[in-house]
Amino acid sequence: MFGWEFPPHIAGGLGTACEGIVKGLAYNGVETLFVMPSASGDEDQSATTIINASDVAVDTVSESVEEYLDKVKFIHIGTNMVPYADPEEFSRLVDEDRRRQVKDFSISYGQKYKFSGKYGANLMEEVARYAMVGGTIALQRKDEFDVIHAHDWLTYYAGIAAKELTGKPLVIHVHATSFDRGSVDNIDTRVFAIEQRGMQMADRVVTVSNLTRNIVINRYGIDPGKVVTVHNAVDFSGRENLVVERGVKEKVVTFLGRITYQKGPEYFIEAAAKVLKRTKNVRFVMAGSGDMMNRCIRHVARLGISDRFHFTGFLRGADVQKMFALSDVYIMPSISEPFGISPLEAMRTGVPSIISKQSGAAEVLRYAFKVDFWDVDAMADEIYALLHYPALARFSARAGYDEVNALKWNGAAAKLKKVYESVVK
Amino acid sequence: MASKSICLYFQVHQPTRLRLYRFFDIGKDSHYYDDFANRTILRRIAQKCYLPMNAQLLEQIKAAKGKFKVAFSISGSALEQFQRFAPDVIESFRALAQTGCVEFLCETYYHSLASLASESEFTHQVLKHKKAVEDLFGVTPTAFRNTELIYSNAIGEMVYGLGFKTMLTEGARHIMGWQSPNFVYGCDTQPKLKLLLRNAGLSDDIAFRFSNRGWDMWPLTADKYLAWVKESAKDDEIVNLFMDYETFGEHQSAASGIFDFMKALPEAVLADGTFSFVTPSEAVRKHKPVADLDVPDAISWADEERDVTAWLGNELQQEAFNKVYAMTEKLSIVGDPELWEDFGHLQESDHFYYMCTKFFSDGEVHKYFNPYDTPYEAFINYMNVLSDFQIRLDEKRAALDVKETAVQEVAAPVKKKPVTRKTVKKK
Repeated sequence: MFGWEFPPHIAGGLGTACEGIVKGLAYNGVETLFVMPSASGDEDQSATTIINASDVAVDTVSESVEEYLDKVKFIHIGTNMVPYADPEEFSRLVDEDRRRQVKDFSISYGQKYKFSGKYGANLMEEVARYAMVGGTIALQRKDEFDVIHAHDWLTYYAGIAAKELTGKPLVIHVHATSFDRGSVDNIDTRVFAIEQRGMQMADRVVTVSNLTRNIVINRYGIDPGKVVTVHNAVDFSGRENLVVERGVKEKVVTFLGRITYQKGPEYFIEAAAKVLKRTKNVRFVMAGSGDMMNRCIRHVARLGISDRFHFTGFLRGADVQKMFALSDVYIMPSISEPFGISPLEAMRTGVPSIISKQSGAAEVLRYAFKVDFWDVDAMADEIYALLHYPALARFSARAGYDEVNALKWNGAAAKLKKVYESVVK
Repeated sequence: MASKSICLYFQVHQPTRLRLYRFFDIGKDSHYYDDFANRTILRRIAQKCYLPMNAQLLEQIKAAKGKFKVAFSISGSALEQFQRFAPDVIESFRALAQTGCVEFLCETYYHSLASLASESEFTHQVLKHKKAVEDLFGVTPTAFRNTELIYSNAIGEMVYGLGFKTMLTEGARHIMGWQSPNFVYGCDTQPKLKLLLRNAGLSDDIAFRFSNRGWDMWPLTADKYLAWVKESAKDDEIVNLFMDYETFGEHQSAASGIFDFMKALPEAVLADGTFSFVTPSEAVRKHKPVADLDVPDAISWADEERDVTAWLGNELQQEAFNKVYAMTEKLSIVGDPELWEDFGHLQESDHFYYMCTKFFSDGEVHKYFNPYDTPYEAFINYMNVLSDFQIRLDEKRAALDVKETAVQEVAAPVKKKPVTRKTVKKK
């Protein structure tokens, strides 16, 4: 299994999902070797064996160097590939990159490469090197595995290299696509190309929702017959519910996530303004940061509601839990969301959630309120109802809590196991 | 006494900076101020500017035997910080007051924009400041300067109504047109109020350009500067040099020679004999107004525009401004001294200045004075504080209702004195 990150050191949801998957697979009797670019050594290895790609030198390809090169020659190194950077950060990274390029750039054999494992400016270089090392590892451990499983585009090249060199079947797991990162006519074509290549080479494509499955089929032109949806789950074991003393008396409606176009923050603001026309007994919180934040602040000021609409900036660790614990309604108005784990977190904290129909989570959450992301009237309606009809809020909180607790990785992994079985001859 | 005049006035102000106030603090913690930053900055500036410059001015005034005069306006916020963190600064100003050659001007206590929002709040702050100056320095101010020299006809009328005959403002080019700022003018709608107008070019030569080595006139000497002043006032009567007091030692470092320059300048002026030094109140007694100035829209001494857009130019600033002043009525019903005090500090114009988005024309100046990285952060922080303040205000207001109902219930059977709404005087 090729991943990019693994808890405890994670930048996004991918690492958490990978942990859930390997644990679920272990429960279902499937052993995994988890390769990641930069392991720290403090990862929980009870369910999997972690292989740190930074520890592996490429020269062990030995007699098959020729063949290796021939098979992986499709790997081109691009630069400035940054999936989750805002414009300021991007320009900083470009500067950094320029300085770095002064150094020798070529891949040298017989040397270990120290991966950063981050989503930095030299991401594309790391992706390419990861493929080289991934192929090497696959050859070294040829007899230890039956299926190759690669998570998200960062690892697709590694998966392809492994498949080319060993002939084992490849399953790629689509947690997000380029279309969830940019708008339809503004996607990163280089990432798209890698994604499409991965999907074409794969024996099976696993998507985290039917929404994503449709994107894979329609936008990437992949044979529907090999695309399978396995919904995400969430692992709440060891989670204690935080008791937080509330400072504000009003009800709190929360948006928590990156403040970017895809997350639909402006629809939240519009809905908030509508609710505030009806009731003053509410505060809205937009937690997180992102390239749309300043625009949202201006938007709120223009609507004249900034005494009731608060921004917290980026929240870390315990503050995220605290924010959920302080909330009465959680809202995720995403324009495009492959899955969206945060409403599950909210519901687990006993917070009723409103989510957009354009999210993968909407396919599995029966007790979340679902609206079209653009339908701010419906959104306002539901916020108002949840704030004013306690029976509704109580019911959806209780039902939602039970529902998300039933979403186990063990179930998702059982489906994955079936996918594996379908490709192993 | 020479027929022409130079009027020196220095503005002393320090904002009450807010601490990082997060959403999680709302309703829980009502201490809003960054005491550490406020103390550190104040003590630094006291050492670099207020104390040495006050000592030098005292010496010069004594040496000139009544011929060298200056005026100060010290905001209430600065006075409070001096009392808390640097009482020796108050002492040194008191020593200056006792020479009789230093005039203290009146302004809004909290260096606020109240003149643009609420006449009652403006009046309250002006009287509060007047009393503070009387208490601390034993002199009653007779001339007025509004926050950042903000002025309009309407403000002029309010100021005159409060008993001031003299007011200081900016010789804004879009108001003056061909007219020279080097005369006394009158207020268009209240001609009995006399206006002194800042000579922007000559004031900024000292305040902004003095240490700039890229300036083609650098280095500036007292003789060179006096020649410019003479040239500027060739056919005119009075040159008004108004600037921040922090110019001396803080904005222009001691190493730039600013202290030596200010030592040499009065000597050069007095030796030359063309000009005598006057305080603002003396200036309007000595010089007659040449015309009335019509200022329908507010002007100020800030930025290229010389208007109020540095504080109210964008939607964030307007929103914050509207929200804070919308509370005035409820506050006067509640009349809680603690709330009044926080309300005052929240009105300081600096908070709005930090939210300014005019990055391009005056970004440098704005950046220098700004503790926040972006105007957005300034806005978020301010609104969080304001939300907590609003909660406290609402709670006090609600408690008042409960108390009144209780009083009514008890009082009803007795029917002796009618129960009226508790009238609360503003402090």
